[in-house]
Amino acid sequence: MSTAQSLHQSRKRKNAVMMTLCVTAAGIGLAWLALILGALLYKGLSGVSPAVFTEMTPPPGDAGGLLNAIYGSIIMTIIGIVVGTPIGVLAGTYMAEYGRFSRLTTIVRFINDILLSAPSIIIGLFVYELLVRPMGHFSAIAGAVALSILVIPVVVRTTEDMLNLVPNALREAGTAIGAPRWVVIRSVAYRAALSGIVTGILLAIARISGETAPLLFTALNNQFWSSNLNAPMASLPVTIFQFALSPYEEWQQLAWTGALIITLTVLGLSIIARSLTGRREDR
Amino acid sequence: MTAVSEAATSSAMRTREATVRRFALTDMVFRTATRLSAILVLVLLGGVAISLIAGSWEALSKFGFSFLTTESWNPVTENFGALAPIYGTIVTSAIAILIAVPIGIGIAIFLTELCPRPLRRPIGIAVELLAGIPSIIYGIWGLFVFAPFLQTTVQPFIISLFHGIPGLSSLFAGPPYGIGLLTSSLILAIMVLPFITSITKDVFDTVPAVLKESAYGIGCTTWEVTRRVTIPYTRVGIMGGVMLGLGRALGETMAVTFVIGNAHRISASLFAPGTTISATIANEFTEADGNLYTSSLVSLGLILFIITFIILALARYMLLRIDSRTGA
Repeated sequence: MSTAQSLHQSRKRKNAVMMTLCVTAAGIGLAWLALILGALLYKGLSGVSPAVFTEMTPPPGDAGGLLNAIYGSIIMTIIGIVVGTPIGVLAGTYMAEYGRFSRLTTIVRFINDILLSAPSIIIGLFVYELLVRPMGHFSAIAGAVALSILVIPVVVRTTEDMLNLVPNALREAGTAIGAPRWVVIRSVAYRAALSGIVTGILLAIARISGETAPLLFTALNNQFWSSNLNAPMASLPVTIFQFALSPYEEWQQLAWTGALIITLTVLGLSIIARSLTGRREDR
Repeated sequence: MTAVSEAATSSAMRTREATVRRFALTDMVFRTATRLSAILVLVLLGGVAISLIAGSWEALSKFGFSFLTTESWNPVTENFGALAPIYGTIVTSAIAILIAVPIGIGIAIFLTELCPRPLRRPIGIAVELLAGIPSIIYGIWGLFVFAPFLQTTVQPFIISLFHGIPGLSSLFAGPPYGIGLLTSSLILAIMVLPFITSITKDVFDTVPAVLKESAYGIGCTTWEVTRRVTIPYTRVGIMGGVMLGLGRALGETMAVTFVIGNAHRISASLFAPGTTISATIANEFTEADGNLYTSSLVSLGLILFIITFIILALARYMLLRIDSRTGA
C-alpha cells in the first residue's frame, strides 16, 4: 500500500514539475515578444517626428527623415502585390476547382509549400541572375519582381485552402441552374471565400513589407528621391540595415524609428487579417 | 403563324447555341489561365534552380569539390572555399533547434492541456505574431539590445564558470564580443519558436479525444497522457514542424547578418564571430568585384538552396503523412 502511495506521489510530483516547465516555456515565449516590442517602442518612439515622414534620408551625421525609403517600400510593395496576387489567385483556383484531384495539383502544392519557406535571399539571387545581370544595373523593377515571387506562394496557399472550405452544395446549386464552371467560380466560390482570399493578400503584404534580403541586390538602395522604376530605389528595410550598421547616431536613431514603423505596419496587417478569418470561423 | 413561331424558336436556338459556345470558350480561357498560373509555380522553382546552377558554374568548375572543403575565403587572391559559412550555418541552426524544440513543445502542451480556454486564442495569436515580425527587427534588436546584454552579463559569467574545464572551456572561450555564433543561435531560436509551436499545437489538436480520455480514464496524469499518448501519436507531425523550423533557421539572413560578426574562420568557441551562407551573401554580394567572386557567392546560394530544399521536402513529406492519417 505504501509503495503504491509513494508511486502515486512521485507520479504527481513529476507531473507538477513537467507542467510547471510548460508554463515557464509559455512565459518565455510571451516575455520575448514583450521584450522586443518594448525595446522597439522605447528606442523608436523617441525619434518619431513629422520630419521622419517629410524629409529625405540624410547624409552621415545630419538630421533627416525616411520619406524616400517609405515611398520606395510602398511603390515596390504595391507592384509586387499587383503582379503576384492574380497569378497566386489563379493558381490557387486551379488547384481547388479545375484540378482538385489532378496529379499536377499535388505536385504544385508540394513545390509551392517549399517556395513558401524557401530562404528569401535565394529569391534575391534568382532575380539578380534573371533581371539585374542582363539589364546591367540594379532597378526598382527587379526589387518588385523579387517581392512578387514571395507573394505568389502565400496567396496560392490561402486561396486554395479557402476555396476548399466552400461547400460543394453551393457549386452544385450554381451548376444546376446552368451556370458554366467559371461563372460558378467567379460568382459563387470567390464570393464565399472572399474574406479568406483577402486575408491571404494582407498576410502577403505583411510578409513582403519587411523583407530585406531579396531587395539588397535587386533594388539596392538610393539616398535620394527617385520615382524612376528603372533605377535603384530606396526601401525602408534596406535603409534600416544600412543605417543600423553605421557608426552615426542620427542614422541609428532613424533605423530604430524605421523598425518601429515596419513592425507596427506588419503587426497591424496580421491582426486585421486574423480578425477577418476569425469572424468567418464564428459564423 | 406557325412559320413565325418556328422562326422565333430557331433564332432562339441559335442565340442559345451561341451563348453556350461563348460560355464554353470563356470557360476554356479561364481554365487555361488558372492552369498556366499553377504551372508557373513549378517554373519558378525550376528557374531558381537553373539560374543558380548557371551563376555558380564558373566558381564550381574552377574549384570543383574542394570548394566545399576549403576554409580560406580570400577575395584578393581569388581563392574561395565554402567550409566556414557551411559550418556556421549548420552550427547556428542546430543550436537554435536544440533550444527552440523543447520550449516550442512546452508552449504547445501549455496551450492544448493547461491554458484556461479564454486565454488560449490570445496567447496562441501572440506567439504567432512573433513569427510575423520581420527578421530585420530581430537583427536590430539583437545588435543593440541583446548582444550588449550577453557581452556584459551572460558571457563573462559563462567564461569564468567553465574556466579550466577541458572541452567546455574551449567551447566557451573568450573574449566576450557579444556578437558571434551563440548570439546568432539564440536569435534564431526565438525566430523559429513560433513555427515549431504553431505546428506542434496543430498536430496535438489532431489526437482523437477518445485516445486521451481513455488514458485519463485509467488514471494517467496530464504529463503521462502527453508523454505516452499525444507525443507518440503525433511524432511524425512534430518532426515535420521541427524540420520546417530548421529550414527557416538555415536560410535566415538579416537577423544573423547583424549579430554573427562576419568572420570567415572556424573556431571552436561559440563566442567567436563566424559567418553563415546567407550572411556572407548579404554582406558581400553588392561589393563583389570580379566574376569569380560573384560566382562563388552564387555557389554558396546554390548550396543553401539544395540543403533547404531537402530539409523542407522532408518536412512536407512528414506533415503530409500526418494529414493523410487524420483525413482517413
